[in-house]
Amino acid sequence: MTPETTFAIDVQNAVKRYGDFTALKRVSLSIRDNEFFTLLGPSGCGKTTLLRMIAGFEEVTEGAIHLFGDDIVKLPPHKRPINTVFQNYALFPHMTVLENVGFGLEMLGSTKSEARARAGEALDMVQLSQFAARKPSQLSGGQQQRVALARALAPRPKVLLLDEPLSALDLKLRKAMQIELKHLQRDTGITFIFVTHDQEEALTMSDRIAVMSAGEVQQLGDAREIYDRPRNMFVADFIGETNLLEVSVDTVADGQAACHLGGGHRLTCDAVEGIGPGAKVHMSLRPERLTLSSDPTQGDSLKGRVRENIFSGTDISTILDLADGPEFRVRAPNSSRGDRRTFEPGTEVFVNMEQGAARLLMD
Amino acid sequence: MAGGAATGGSSTSDTYAEARTWLLLPAWVTLGILVLAPVTMMLIYSFLTKEFRGGVIWEFSLSAYDQFFFDRGLFGDDPPRIEWTYIQIFWRSIWQAGAATLLSLVIGFPTAYFIATRAPAQRTFWLFLVTIPYWVNLLIRTVSMKFLLRDQGPLNEALLGIGIISEPLSIVNTNVAVQLGLFYSYLPFMVLPIYAAVERYNFTLSEAAADLYASRWTVLRRILLPSVKPGIIAGCILVFVPSMGSFLAPDLLGGAKNFMIGSLIEEQFKGNAGNWPFGAAASMILLTLVLIILLIFARQQSKAES
Amino acid sequence: MSASRYDLRVYPGFRAITILCLVILYAPLLVVTIYSFNASPSITNWEGVSLRWYADVFTGPESGKFKLAARNSFVIAIIAASVATCIATLSATAILRAGKYKLRMLSFGLISLPLMVPEIVTAVATLIFFNAIGFDRGLLTILLAHIAFCIPFAYLPIAARMQGIEATYEQAAMDLYATRRQAFTRILLPLMAPGIVSGFLLAFIVSLDDFIITNFVKGAGIETLPTAIFGAVKQGIKPNIMAISTMLLGVSVVMVTLSWLISRKDKTK
Repeated sequence: MTPETTFAIDVQNAVKRYGDFTALKRVSLSIRDNEFFTLLGPSGCGKTTLLRMIAGFEEVTEGAIHLFGDDIVKLPPHKRPINTVFQNYALFPHMTVLENVGFGLEMLGSTKSEARARAGEALDMVQLSQFAARKPSQLSGGQQQRVALARALAPRPKVLLLDEPLSALDLKLRKAMQIELKHLQRDTGITFIFVTHDQEEALTMSDRIAVMSAGEVQQLGDAREIYDRPRNMFVADFIGETNLLEVSVDTVADGQAACHLGGGHRLTCDAVEGIGPGAKVHMSLRPERLTLSSDPTQGDSLKGRVRENIFSGTDISTILDLADGPEFRVRAPNSSRGDRRTFEPGTEVFVNMEQGAARLLMD
Repeated sequence: MAGGAATGGSSTSDTYAEARTWLLLPAWVTLGILVLAPVTMMLIYSFLTKEFRGGVIWEFSLSAYDQFFFDRGLFGDDPPRIEWTYIQIFWRSIWQAGAATLLSLVIGFPTAYFIATRAPAQRTFWLFLVTIPYWVNLLIRTVSMKFLLRDQGPLNEALLGIGIISEPLSIVNTNVAVQLGLFYSYLPFMVLPIYAAVERYNFTLSEAAADLYASRWTVLRRILLPSVKPGIIAGCILVFVPSMGSFLAPDLLGGAKNFMIGSLIEEQFKGNAGNWPFGAAASMILLTLVLIILLIFARQQSKAES
Repeated sequence: MSASRYDLRVYPGFRAITILCLVILYAPLLVVTIYSFNASPSITNWEGVSLRWYADVFTGPESGKFKLAARNSFVIAIIAASVATCIATLSATAILRAGKYKLRMLSFGLISLPLMVPEIVTAVATLIFFNAIGFDRGLLTILLAHIAFCIPFAYLPIAARMQGIEATYEQAAMDLYATRRQAFTRILLPLMAPGIVSGFLLAFIVSLDDFIITNFVKGAGIETLPTAIFGAVKQGIKPNIMAISTMLLGVSVVMVTLSWLISRKDKTK
C-alpha cells in the first residue's frame, strides 16, 4: 500500500463549476483516518459544495475523490459508506425516531429486527432511547439533532459528514453539543468532516482545520497553527480578532525579520519563507498577546495614545492611535492579577509584545 | 450554498433526472393523443366540406370560415357582405362574460379581502365556506339557480310576500339571469387568487400611507389595489375565459334570445344545424380568442415580475 | 383587540358583501334541498315534509335510468381519477424533481392545456377526433376524455404538495443507502400522500361534474348522471331531480370535508 491510500478522504484537484461560476478551484485535501476535520469559511466559500461532493450529491466537474484509496467519484450516494448529518436534520416526518435511525441499516439489507436492535444501540449512544416511538416533530431541536446524529452513525459509516449541524441550536446547547460531538468522534473512531462558519466552534472541536474562501483552501493545519501562524490576510482576519499593519521588511537573518512601518516604528518577528528583504507585506498582531506600559521595555515596542477603553465582561479592550499610524487594539483580561493596568484616554503608552505575537502574512 | 440552484434545501431537485423520460411519457402519450391530436384534427375539419346531418367530406374548403364572416345571399351568388349574425353572438358572449366577470369582481374582491384579513385560524374556515359550492355539480347549481329565480320561484314568492314587489320579476331568460349563472359558476376562481394576493400583502404599507395622511379609501385605491393587481387580473381571466365558452348557464338560464358561443357550437354537433366544419371553425375562432387573451396576460405577468 | 381602534384593515361594507356573497352561493342549494322534501308533485306548492321523491328516485318509473347513469358516472369517475392521479404524480416528479431541461416547461404547458382550452372546444375536438379515427362512441370514449381533462386537476394539489417537501429528505435517504426507487417509494410517496389524496378527490369531483365533454363524446343511449339530469331538466324541473341533486350535493360535501380534514391533519403533524 502506498502512503496515500491510508487517507480516509483524499480530494485531488477537485473543481466544481456551475455554468460560468466556479464554486471550487482545484482543491486538494487529505483527511486522515480517525480525524475530526473541519472545513471552515464564510458562506459561499465552497465548503458545503465540497462536502456535498464527498457525499455524492454534487457531481465533480474535474478531479478525484478517494475513500481509503478507492475512487468514489462515480458512485451514487447510496453506494458510498459515508453518511451525512444535514443542516436541517432531514428527519423523515412520517417515521418514528427508531424507524428513522434504523432506515440506513434496513437499506443495507439488515432484517427489521436487527435494524431495530442496532438503531436502539445508536439511540442509547445519544441518550434518546426513551423517545424511540415518537415522531421527529414531537422532539426539541436539540433532540432532533441527536437523532440525526444517531441515524447517520447507526450504519457505522467510514466517514461522517456534518453540515453545520449546530447552527439551529441556541448558544448553551451548542456548547454542550460541541463537547458531545467531540466525544462521540473519539469513542466511535469514525472520521468526522465538519462544516461550519463559526471559527470558535472550529477551534474548539477540530484536530485539523481547512480554512476556505472563494473556492480555495487558504490554510490547513491544527487549531494552534491556524490561530498563531495564519498564512495570509484572509486567515488572520477571519479567525479571531487581530491588528493588521502594513510593514516593509528590512533584513532577514537567523530566522528573524526586521521590519518598519510608517511613523518610525520598528519591529522584529519570525521570518516567513517567501518573504524577503524589501517586501511590503501585512503583519498581524493578536490584541490579547500585547500589553501596555508607561515605559518601553526591552525589545520592540510601538508608541501610541489611548483613545478609549471598552469593557466587555471578561476583557477590557483599549483602542490606541499609533503615532503616525493606524488605529490599534490591545486586549487584557478583566483581572487584577499581574502587571495589567488600564490607562486613561489621552495617555501616551507603549505597546509590548509577547514572543510570537507578530506574524508576517502573504497576501 | 454556492450557485443558487445547487442548494440542498430547495424544493426543486434533480434527484430523478435519469428517469425523467419515463416519468413524463404517460402524460405526453395521454395528452398527446387526447388533446393535441384532437385539436389538430379540429383545425383540419374546419377546412373541410360539410356533409348534411353531421360529418365531413374530405375535400378542402374555406366555406366554414366564409359562412362565419360573409353573407352571400340565399343562393350564395350575391356579392359578399359582412355576416353580422355570428359576430354578434361572439360579441354577446364577450359582453356577457365581461359583465359576469365584473359582477364576480365587485362581490369577490370584498369577500376575498374580508377572508384574508381574518385571524389565520379562521381563514381556512371562511375559504372552505366559499369553495364548497364549487364542489357541487355545475349542472345542479345552474338548475338550482333557475329554480330559485323562476317566475313562480321562491325568490319571487318571498319578495311578493314581503311586499317589495307587486308583480313577479321575470329574471329567467334575461341577460341578468345568465350573468348571475356565470357568476355562480366561477366565483371561487375570482376569490382564490385575490385572497392569495391580499394574504401576501404587507399591511405596513397601508400604515405607512395612512401615516402620510392618506385616508382609508385612498389607501385602498393608491396602495392596496396596485399591490394586489396581479391577483385581480388572474381572477378576472379565470372567470372570463370559461364564461365566454360556457354552455349550461346560457342554455338553461338564457333562453333562445341570449344565445352564446357555446350554444352555437353545440348546435352544429348535437342540434339541428349539423354543420361540423362550421362548428370546428367557430371553435377555432373561440380558441384563438382565448389564447390571445392568455398570451396578453402571460406577457403582463412576466413584465410585472421583472 | 378593541373595536374602537382605527384598524386600517377594516373597510366598512366588506363584511356585508361577504355575507351577501355567501347568501347568493347557498340560497339556490338550500332551496332545492328544502323542496326535495316537498310532498307535493308540484314544484311550486309546499305540502309538507316527505321522503317520497327520494323513494321515487330508487323505485319510481325513471329509477332504472338514473341508477344506470349513476353507476356509469361513479365507475368513470373512479377509473379516470385513479389513472389521472398516477399520471399527474409521475409528471409532477419529472417537472419538480428531475432538474431543469428543455422539455420541462413545455411539459408543464401540455399538462395545463386542458385548463386553458375552453371546455366546449375540447369537447368538439375530442368528438371530431374519435369520429376521424372511427372510434365508436360509448362508455370508453367518455372514460378516455375524462382521463385527459382530469390530469391537470389532479396535478395542481400534487405539485403544490411536492413543492413543499424539501429535497433533503430523499437525499438523506440516499445517503443512508436507499436507491432512487427506494427514496421515491419509501420517502417521497408517503410524504406526498395528502397531496395525492386531494388530487384524486378533485379529479373525481371534476369527472363526476362534467357535462359538456361527456355530452359530446357519449354514445347514443349511454348516460351519466349529469347528462341524464340535463335531459330530464329540459322537460322541466321535477321534484325527483331535486332529490337526486340533493344526494349529489351530499356526495360533494362529504368529499370536500374529507379533503379538508386530510389537509388539516397534515398541518398538525
